Amino acid sequence: MDKKEAVKKLMDIFGDMDIIGVLHTILVAASKYIIIILFAIYTWHCFTVFLGNNTDRKEKVYKRQKHIMYCIHFICSLVLYLNSLDIKIIIYYLIQLVFFIFVDKTYSYVYKGLSKTLLNNMLMLMATGFIMLGRLGKGYAARQMAFAAAICFISLFIPYLIEKFAYFDRFGFIYAVIGIILLALVFVIGEEKYGAKNWIIIGKFALQPSEFVKIIYVFFAAALLAKSTSFKNVIKVSIFAAIHVLILVAEKDLGAALIFYITYIVILFVASRNAIYLGAGFAAGTVASVVAYNLFTHVQTRVTAWSDPWSYIDTAGYQVAHSLFAIGTGGWFGMGLGEGMPGVIPVAESDFIFSAICEELGFFFGICIILVEISCFIMFINISLKMQRRFYKLAALGLSIEYIFQVFLTIGGVTKFIPSTGVTLPLVSYGGSSVISTVILFSIIQGMYVLNGDKEELHEKRDGRSRD
Amino acid sequence: MKRGMEEAGINGIINGDSVKRGNTQIIIVTYSVVIVFMCMIGYLVHFMVNDSSEVINNPYNKRRNILAERIVRGSIYSSDGKVLARTVTDGDGNEKREYPYNDIFCHVTGRTANSMTGVELSQCYPLLTSHSNPLKQLANTFRGEKNKGDDVYTTLDAGLQQVAYNALGNHKGAVVALEPSTGKILAMVSKPGYNPNTVGSDWDSLIEDKDSQSALVNRATQGLYPPGSTFKVLTAIEYILENPSSYKKYSYKCEGSDSFEGNVINCYAGQKHGSLDLGHSLADSCNSSFANIGMSLDINSFRKLCNKFMFNKKLPVKFEYNQSKFLLDKKSGTAEIMQTAIGQGKTTITPLQNAMIAATIANGGEMMVPYVTDHTENDAGQIVKSYGPVSNGNIIDKDVADIIGKFMMSVVEDGTASSLSSLPYKVAGKTGSAEFDSEGTSHAWFIGYAPAKKPRIAVSIIVEGAGTGSQYAVPVAKEMFKDYLGG
Repeated sequence: MDKKEAVKKLMDIFGDMDIIGVLHTILVAASKYIIIILFAIYTWHCFTVFLGNNTDRKEKVYKRQKHIMYCIHFICSLVLYLNSLDIKIIIYYLIQLVFFIFVDKTYSYVYKGLSKTLLNNMLMLMATGFIMLGRLGKGYAARQMAFAAAICFISLFIPYLIEKFAYFDRFGFIYAVIGIILLALVFVIGEEKYGAKNWIIIGKFALQPSEFVKIIYVFFAAALLAKSTSFKNVIKVSIFAAIHVLILVAEKDLGAALIFYITYIVILFVASRNAIYLGAGFAAGTVASVVAYNLFTHVQTRVTAWSDPWSYIDTAGYQVAHSLFAIGTGGWFGMGLGEGMPGVIPVAESDFIFSAICEELGFFFGICIILVEISCFIMFINISLKMQRRFYKLAALGLSIEYIFQVFLTIGGVTKFIPSTGVTLPLVSYGGSSVISTVILFSIIQGMYVLNGDKEELHEKRDGRSRD
Repeated sequence: MKRGMEEAGINGIINGDSVKRGNTQIIIVTYSVVIVFMCMIGYLVHFMVNDSSEVINNPYNKRRNILAERIVRGSIYSSDGKVLARTVTDGDGNEKREYPYNDIFCHVTGRTANSMTGVELSQCYPLLTSHSNPLKQLANTFRGEKNKGDDVYTTLDAGLQQVAYNALGNHKGAVVALEPSTGKILAMVSKPGYNPNTVGSDWDSLIEDKDSQSALVNRATQGLYPPGSTFKVLTAIEYILENPSSYKKYSYKCEGSDSFEGNVINCYAGQKHGSLDLGHSLADSCNSSFANIGMSLDINSFRKLCNKFMFNKKLPVKFEYNQSKFLLDKKSGTAEIMQTAIGQGKTTITPLQNAMIAATIANGGEMMVPYVTDHTENDAGQIVKSYGPVSNGNIIDKDVADIIGKFMMSVVEDGTASSLSSLPYKVAGKTGSAEFDSEGTSHAWFIGYAPAKKPRIAVSIIVEGAGTGSQYAVPVAKEMFKDYLGG
């Protein structure tokens, strides 16, 4: 049922009172401002929570953030329902609500002393994704919920695993070999989707191995570079890292290739504390980019689409042009949920979800999303800084970089800041592999945080220093 | 758990790990990431503030119907404040787009019904975007009332447009008037037109086009015509460029016709022009002399010049148009070269393009990009966005422009456009009678500008199938100059 019919039906139910139509208009019109104000307050707290050491105050802030998250989720669901009068929206809402409460409670219990802001952010981003996917319809939301629920449940065991396997750092090359095999698997049983051959179809499910390899890849680099950064070792590790990247390039999965590359360079830089590696890495990356540009037409296409989408609006520039139309037409406050045309944005549910969000919920909402992602990154880094074991430090760092660089690629790509590389917005975009790997990523970092916290508590109890 | 801790401790001692090792590097990386993101947010804000209105105003953006549901489309005005298009709402809330001038502005203002055109299309999103007071907008939204879209002010002079429209009479044809120093389109008429108020109900017959009126086509920007003798202006420029020191010494004795490698060329009505220099060749529009000039030219360089004048090129304008074509190249034969030099042959030109040539000469060789939208205003009369003049670069040097300008003045003083010499200011121009079929009927052309000393208006006029430029196009120019400059 479309919006007009829904309004009409509401009016039929309540008799010929125009008041219903007016109320509906007011709710839809007011909601977009309320949502933005709420999200702005939420985002503000992401950054101000670190100021001061008052634990009670912090607890209050966490609670407030959580309440804001539930509020936004409720208002958006209500608007979605009123626009469609689809009973499914109510069911989705309730399931999601139960899911959020469940994750909130169990995580707080299992991950003792976890970073609550991180947990809030994870749920907030997921909620945004659920809302937008529900808005786009086509059953995206239901499938996304199933994946999210499954992986959140599984992730409850992650702290246990981290504790149990204290020798995670002993498998350096084994990680690499597993990773390379998984990546190379797509050459044998892979399928091509959106121009990249990086999918494996198993029954009903399409998996993107690179999303999972991403995590053990960081373990591999962190484990080996934590042991030694002698030139010989660096060369050895670099060769294995390069194999990962080259396989991804061969699959035409440019986004993943870039993420793997940058992540490795950063881990190497921090592990070796040698800026020459950083410089050499970027120099090599530049040369490789130029070579790739001249060698591959699909790279050229992406660059042309970025530099001048308007001249190629029917072909290469189509996606970026429509993404900019959506963001531009939505304006600062958005068209209102259900009021725009996100359906005309290509792959709006996945790579281009940021544009769909900006169109309907507003540019300010989009900026808040970016800021929340940055705050996640800063919290990840904070955890990495506090890690005592070198392997954990480097692993946390690597995962943080993977996360934030992916955010940069997707948002930069859909806004024409950089050429589009076709990666998802973590936790928001539709995609089983993406949501699973991101929840694992969040959980591992939380797990490390908890583990490190246990130690810290022993060492620093006397300081009475508060955590987070 | 304990083992893990001990392990960590042992590792710590063995490897000399400390919590802080590598943290400096991590902090460097973190700052870099934050800086990159700040740049991206800055870029996004810049996009929203500066570029987004331009970007979304694209025919490929399919959101105009959504916007039309919440915004009352703004009005379109002439530069002197006359309403060219407005939306009126009746008591039941039904909207209707009104065009008070009926068909006079139909092509340039365009229409909203039956596929958008003209300014209605090029300014579609600004017209559907409201920049009125945000609080007022908010109040309207809550009241369930539509907001008022921005108004578009064009560069068009309503008086001049009407004069040009009337002067064309019942002929088919087109008129373009530009302000040479800015590129402002002062008038743009195409006949026959259609009534945009009733285009919906007239649509079927307009499409069927029984009597081949092509009323929907904007002849001013889309009509491709042989340029006829108006093209001699470019031929003369090329000759001057190739012979910068000796062009003054050019002389030719016209016998009424001439032949080159067996190809005969005739002057208009077989007239014998006698001894001519370059200036008089242009003033008398001597075909034989220009064929002679054409034969001496470097074709590649000629083609380059025409390309600089935007033949065979995309124009940086925001309305629908066709590209003018200059097809001469090294392989072209003598006959084609001769014909092209006098403006026949395969060359085709739009009235707009010819106006741009006249305006470029008037502006000392610098071509200004023609534009029709001057600025947009919100409902309180505050300017939202201004569209200033944009230069398309120097096409020819000022001294060359001045020389050709002098020649064009002699066209008016003692040549084919002498009826303009009665005006109280000097006019520069060139007539043309472009043959387009084997029966010798011709389109009447005139391009020119005035006052010649300090040009304020450049015109390009074509009257289809009427006869000579002197007889049919020049009078239109005269009416327009009189209206715009007085006299």
